[in-house]
Amino acid sequence: MKKFDKDRLLLAVAGPVLALVSALVLTVIVLAASGVDPIDPLRIMIDQAGYEDIQVLIINQAGIYYLAALAVAIGFRMNLFNIGVDGQYRLAAMISAVVGTAVSLPGPLHVLLIVVVAMLTGAFWAGIAGALKARRGVSEVVSTIMLNAIATSLIAWLILPKNFGVQPAGSNDLTTGDIPESGWVPSLSLPGGDIYGFTFVAFALGIVYWFVLNRTRFGFDLRATGASESAAQASGVDAKKMIMTSMLISGAVAGLTGMPLLLGESHTYNLSFPLGIGFTGITIALLGRNNPVGIFFSALLIAFIDKASAGLDQNGYAKEIGTILQGLIVIAVVVSYELVRRYGIRRQQQKVGEELAAGHALKTDNKEVAA
Amino acid sequence: MRRITRIATVGLASAALALSATACGGKKSSDAGSSTSSSGTKEASAAIAYDIGGRGDQSFNDAAYAGLEKAKTELKIKTAEAEPTEGESEADKVQRLTELARKGNNPVIGVGFSYAPAIKKVAAKFPDTTFGIIDDTSQTDKNIANLVFNEEQGSYLAGVAAAKTSKTGTVGFIGGVEVPLIKKFQAGFEQGVKDTNPNAKVLSTYLTQPPDFSGFAKPDLGKAAAKGQLDAGADVVYAAAGLAGSGAIEAAATAGKWAIGVDSDQYNQPGLAKYKDHILTSVTKDVSLSVFDLIKSVKDGKPESGEVRYGLDKNGVALADSNPQYKAMADVTAAVEKAKADIIAKKITVKTAP
Repeated sequence: MKKFDKDRLLLAVAGPVLALVSALVLTVIVLAASGVDPIDPLRIMIDQAGYEDIQVLIINQAGIYYLAALAVAIGFRMNLFNIGVDGQYRLAAMISAVVGTAVSLPGPLHVLLIVVVAMLTGAFWAGIAGALKARRGVSEVVSTIMLNAIATSLIAWLILPKNFGVQPAGSNDLTTGDIPESGWVPSLSLPGGDIYGFTFVAFALGIVYWFVLNRTRFGFDLRATGASESAAQASGVDAKKMIMTSMLISGAVAGLTGMPLLLGESHTYNLSFPLGIGFTGITIALLGRNNPVGIFFSALLIAFIDKASAGLDQNGYAKEIGTILQGLIVIAVVVSYELVRRYGIRRQQQKVGEELAAGHALKTDNKEVAA
Repeated sequence: MRRITRIATVGLASAALALSATACGGKKSSDAGSSTSSSGTKEASAAIAYDIGGRGDQSFNDAAYAGLEKAKTELKIKTAEAEPTEGESEADKVQRLTELARKGNNPVIGVGFSYAPAIKKVAAKFPDTTFGIIDDTSQTDKNIANLVFNEEQGSYLAGVAAAKTSKTGTVGFIGGVEVPLIKKFQAGFEQGVKDTNPNAKVLSTYLTQPPDFSGFAKPDLGKAAAKGQLDAGADVVYAAAGLAGSGAIEAAATAGKWAIGVDSDQYNQPGLAKYKDHILTSVTKDVSLSVFDLIKSVKDGKPESGEVRYGLDKNGVALADSNPQYKAMADVTAAVEKAKADIIAKKITVKTAP
């Protein structure tokens, strides 16, 4: 079996690498076609990543993306498409900011309360889609997208000064008030800036994700249901319960997405709280093949493109080159994964055929791999 | 097995390519990382960081750009600009302002209230640089100039003009994003309409809800909203929606009705030249003046600091009269002039919230 795994690992790595390289090549072609120096912007982006402060930005952003991508990946492993991570984390950040501002507790408890409220809110919002799917068979893709829009409107209403919002004197912003300092998570100070404490929690969650999926009965049930719902059901897995649980967990993790920013930087939910992270999370989960290590590197990559492309502006290039690159990566990922998958299947069939023809018994462990 | 070798070779080769690319970048960047602070030049330079929508929004950001360009030619200084990405966080804004300040730009101006917390942080790090923030007075410091406008006063005049011009007695207001700032526009406009014609109906629509700021950036949203209002009988549409407002202007012009522009004098915007005959007037918010004034004050060695307010009295907000058709409507311009005088004389107080 071991040698066969090496084979599969190679195929698994070939997908993303093929995707990245073809995305890069396509970007260069696009740039050249539009009359822009195709290499210089990429060189500037790599240069940018050398600056300490940009590196800190990249790490922090990667932590945020990592949480969003994990939330998406949990659904993906179950064949559930939680497109609603975006709404879930924004609502969670807003509600937990309101709660965090209203109470005053000793340090760790305060933070814990905010985090728990965020997880519960995210779980609740995703749970609506889960319940609809489990009980009524409503496609979670449709319901989560619609819940995103509802979350936006709900937040806009909740943040009005007559409800929970505050309009600081002289400001045109609306906030939820400032969370007292006991509710802040300390950051790691580096020469280039502060790395949010919660970023480490984010990456640690990747280990939990790996353990739960691969080393627990629940994780097995989840993967089994994802692979074949009917087969899982036949072996005694309650599919409806699995849909509900995995949506709740996905939502709870989604709820954490806003935490690095809320606890480490803004300490309030205001009008310029970022949105769209949930959708980037989908890209990252896809690119990382729902694997905690893969997601980590994809999160870093997308964060790198985000932050490094911002500097293009001041060097006479459009920073949208970064957006083009990201878009092409998404297309290339889908295409190259499919190509590699087909190739893998064909090769497997061929191998089996060859061995049958040679009259060998079907033993997998005497296969040699040339690589 | 041979095939896997081929795929592996391709994979390895491309990985090696990618790695070597990063490797050579890595070496260079560590040098650059230490030499960033020395790149500041002696030559005077001013910088602005744009709000969502960026340069080319024919409106708010372009007004700031106009001020910067004016300073460039009249004061003979260098300029720098930076644009935001949608969905960015406060850390990115801090980064952008820091970058601009570190390169020796002075002043550094944040266009839009969302820069306020970031300006406060960066201003503390660069005490010798003057920072400007447009539309916010909540964050103050010795080296921060808060450039604010009485948008409601200009919008009031637009309301007067709209009520006087409308034949159907129904006028429309389109706000980009439902935030307090845009509500000032709405409040002034509605009050102006009602004071002029108590029976007039004002249809008010917002394109998006925060934190979705695409209502300032997507012309198609403005177009759809304007169409809705025109269908409901409005014949003058006032859009305070940044770049999205150009969609509203397009819709109104296509329907042969009146549009009222915002921030810049949109009658004179080259990007809107096709529709200019239907742009009745524009509520100008002279962001360019405020940007120019601040740059000039820094150049003269007497940097502005604290709240700098631009109202009707200083022509910081005004109603443009570059459309000859508007100028020909004597009763409309007379009513507008009277209202303007009344506001300056404080005979009329314009509300800042609807």
